[in-house]
Amino acid sequence: MRVTVRFFARLRDLAGTGELVRDVAGPATVQTVWTSLVSEMPSLGEYEKAMSVAVNAEYARMAAPLREGDEVAFLPPVSGG
Amino acid sequence: MVPLVAVGSAPLDLAALTTAVLTGSVPADAAAAQGTGDGAIASFAGLVRDHNLGRRVRFLEYEAYEPLAIRAMERIVEEARAAWPSARIGLHHRTGRLEIGEASIIIVAASAHRGDAFAACRYAIERVKQIVPIWKREHFEGGDVWLEGAVADPDDTAARQKAYKIACA
Repeated sequence: MRVTVRFFARLRDLAGTGELVRDVAGPATVQTVWTSLVSEMPSLGEYEKAMSVAVNAEYARMAAPLREGDEVAFLPPVSGG
Repeated sequence: MVPLVAVGSAPLDLAALTTAVLTGSVPADAAAAQGTGDGAIASFAGLVRDHNLGRRVRFLEYEAYEPLAIRAMERIVEEARAAWPSARIGLHHRTGRLEIGEASIIIVAASAHRGDAFAACRYAIERVKQIVPIWKREHFEGGDVWLEGAVADPDDTAARQKAYKIACA
């Protein structure tokens, strides 16, 4: 299935893009996509223990299952205000 | 009509947000809808400062995951309403490049009494810093750096309690 991946702030810099599309074999979770991205771009790995994730613009967990067309976002620690 | 929650690149307007909160698009009760039940307004504005951690700041650049930022801010409005039922809040966050002295966030809390207005306002800014997916890149003399604070987790009850304690201190 095909999912859209979004990166923000420093994760976007590390990935070199704010958005990309990936085909993953189902059944997949957020973790599946993340693991695949880290093997592709090892520098992302430093955020494994210090990030939030969202699916379709709702906060989610790494174990959340994904469906065709989902948007998965990887979010570094926030610094608004 | 000015929304109670907004994220965008336009300069922030505290007077417009205050009017929106007072006239209430989602009034807590009939008295609030007419503005007659409010005895207090507390407001907060976060400004771009010219120094940070010993660095001379040139300007800040804010980035948001807008749809989730709006949802997180709406969640904060609901949390504040649950904690201080007489209080109503509005909050606007700015994105893009902000110069020194400009406001990056404004929060307005209205309530029957000052205590709840101050508390709800303080709670809102503490929660923004915990769970709203917005980031600032600091451009200082000699370089730039993404600032990183809390790992956002709206279900973290300890973080929520911490914000509540600070608000009531």
